[in-house]
Amino acid sequence: MAYKIFIYGYGNPGRQDDGLGNAFVEKFEEWVNQEGLKGFEFDSNYQLNIEDADAIAEKDLVIFADASVEEIEDFILTPVDASSDVSFTTHSASPGYIVKLCGDLFNKFPATYLLHIKGYEWAFKEGLTEKSQKNLEKALQDIKEKLKNPEKLINLYKVF
Amino acid sequence: MEQKITIEPVTRVEGHGKVTIHIDDEGNISQSRLHIVEFRGFERFIQGRPYWEAPVLVQRLCGICPVSHHLAAAKALDVIVGAGTGDGLTPTGEKMRRLMHYGQTLQSHVLHFFHLVSPDLLFGIDADPVIRNIIGVAKKHPDLAVQGVMMRKFGQEIIKATAGKKIHGTGAIPGGINKHLTIEERDSFLNGPDPLNIDKMISWSQDAVNFLKGYQKENKEFIDNFAAFPSNHLSLVRKDGALDLYHGVIRAVDSEGNKILHDVESQDYLKYIGEEVKNWSYMKFPYMLEFGKNKGWYRVGPLARLNTCDFIPTPLAQKEFEEFKAYTNGKPNNMSMHYHWARLIEVLHSAEMMKELLNDPDLLEGELVTKGTKQDEGIGMLEAPRGTLFHHYKINEHDQVVMANLIVSTTNNNEPMNVAVNHAAKQFMTAQRKITEGMMNAVEVAIRAYDPCLSCATHALGRMPLEVVMVDGQNNVIDRKRK
Repeated sequence: MAYKIFIYGYGNPGRQDDGLGNAFVEKFEEWVNQEGLKGFEFDSNYQLNIEDADAIAEKDLVIFADASVEEIEDFILTPVDASSDVSFTTHSASPGYIVKLCGDLFNKFPATYLLHIKGYEWAFKEGLTEKSQKNLEKALQDIKEKLKNPEKLINLYKVF
Repeated sequence: MEQKITIEPVTRVEGHGKVTIHIDDEGNISQSRLHIVEFRGFERFIQGRPYWEAPVLVQRLCGICPVSHHLAAAKALDVIVGAGTGDGLTPTGEKMRRLMHYGQTLQSHVLHFFHLVSPDLLFGIDADPVIRNIIGVAKKHPDLAVQGVMMRKFGQEIIKATAGKKIHGTGAIPGGINKHLTIEERDSFLNGPDPLNIDKMISWSQDAVNFLKGYQKENKEFIDNFAAFPSNHLSLVRKDGALDLYHGVIRAVDSEGNKILHDVESQDYLKYIGEEVKNWSYMKFPYMLEFGKNKGWYRVGPLARLNTCDFIPTPLAQKEFEEFKAYTNGKPNNMSMHYHWARLIEVLHSAEMMKELLNDPDLLEGELVTKGTKQDEGIGMLEAPRGTLFHHYKINEHDQVVMANLIVSTTNNNEPMNVAVNHAAKQFMTAQRKITEGMMNAVEVAIRAYDPCLSCATHALGRMPLEVVMVDGQNNVIDRKRK
C-alpha cells in the first residue's frame, strides 16, 4: 500500500540553527527524488499555523521537523499527542495544537511525529552551525531508514 | 494611596508586553500603560547590507506579515532604482504585487478575526479560558473554524504563487516583480474545487461580515462602548479618495471627520510625522507634527482606513461601507470593537480585488521590471493589515544601506492601544484589588481589537506573553498575574 507521507519543516533560516527543520525538508526531498520514491509531500514555513490542520488531514503519516534547544544529544523523534494546549499565538502553534485542530475540524487523526534536531546558535545569520549540521545528518540517516518501512511508524503511533 | 496593576503576558497577541495599572486610594484607575519591553534594533541590523537584499531581509521582522514588509521595502527601493514613487511600475509588476498584498491582507485578517478574536465574541470575554479559544470554536462552531482555516489557506496559496515561496519570498524586487502568474495558477484560484476558489472566498467573506453585524446587533452595548474614544485617523488613500491598501497619499481626519492631513505624498512623510520616545516603552509614539505630541496621535488600520477613505472601489464592499458609514451618520467611527467590522469589510474588498486581478491578462504576460536613474533615498508605504507601514532607506555610493527607518503599524497604534487599555481597565478594574482572568482578558481584548502582534513593533521575535501588575501610589505591587 502506498502511504501518504508529509514531511514539514519549520523555523527561520535567517536565524542560524533555527533553520534546521527547513534544511531537513530540503535534503530529505532531494533524497526522495533521487530514489524515485512515491507518496511523499513536503512543505516548509516559518512556523506552524492553523491551515496546517488541513494540510495534514488526508495524510497517513506526518513528520514535523523543528530545531530544538532541549537537552538532547543530537535528535529525537517523538509522537505528537493531540494537545489541549490552547495557548495558540500566531507565532507558535505547537504540533499538538495542529493535530488537535485537525481532529476537531476534520475528524482526522494522522500518525504524527515531531523530529527535534538539536541546534546551538540563533543569531540573525544565514547558515547552520557545524555541530547542528552533524545532528541534521544523523537525523536524516535515521528517518531515511525508518521511512523504508513507514507502516511500522504508523502502527507504533496507534499503540501510542 | 495609589495602587498599580500590571498584566503580562497577553495571550493571542504577539511580542512581549506588560500592562501596569495604577489605582488610587479611592479605587479609581489613575493611569494605565502598555509597556513594550523587548528591543531588537532591526533598523541597525540592515545597515551595511546591499540595498537589493532589503525586501528579503526585512521579512525576518515578522513571520506573520512578512509580505507587508517585503512589499514596503520593495516600494522604497523602486524609488531608489528610479522606478518612480508608485506610478512607475509596469502593469504586470504592479498587479502581481497587488495580488500578493490582497492575498496577505485576506489571510492575515482572517487569522486575526476567526482564530484570535472570535473566541471572545462567541464565548464572552470573561468565559472560562478552557473553552474561550479556537479549539472551543472548532467544537461549538466548526463551520466558522473551517472557514477560517480554508480562507487562510487560500491567501497563503496566493502569496506562494506571487512571492515564489512561503519563506523569504523573492517575488517583489526593486522596480517590479520577478515572475508572472501561470495559467494553471490563475485557473486554480478562479475555478478550483470548493472551497478553494475566489467565488467561495467572496461568499464566505460576505458571511463573515453578516456574522459580525448580527453579533453587533445582539451585543450592541459591548461592541459600541468597549474602549470607545475619539481620536484622529490616518491612512493612505488613493488620489481620488478610494480605499487603497497598496498605494496612495497620506490622509488624516479628526474625530469629527475634518481633514487635517490633506492627501500628502508618502515621500514627504517626515514633514508631517514625528515619533516621540517615552522612557517606559521601547515602542515609539508617532504623532502628526502640526498638532503636537498630545493632540497629534492617531489610529491606523481597518477602522482608520474606513474613516479616511471616501469610498471602496469594489461593489460588495462598497455596499457594506455605506452601511458602516451610516451607522455613525457619516462621521468617523471611534469604537474600538468596530475595528473588527471594518476588518471584515476589508476581507470582502480583498477577495473582490483578487477576483478582478485574477481575471486581468497582465498577470500572465508583460514586462516585469522598470528601471530608471538611481537615487540615494527612497520611501515605501502601504496599508499593512494592521495599518500604515513606513519603510525609509538611504544608500551610499557602494549600494549599501546606510539608514533605515521603519514605522510599523503597531507603532502607529501605540497611543490608541494605550488609551484602549486604560478604558478597559477603568471598566473592569475600578475598585478591585485582585486581578481575575476576566480582567486580564478584557485588557487583551482591547489590544487585540487593534493588533494581535506586537513583535515587529518591538523588533522582538517570538510569543507575546503579557504581565499585568497592580500597583499602589507608593509603587507597591499589590497583585501580579502572568499567562
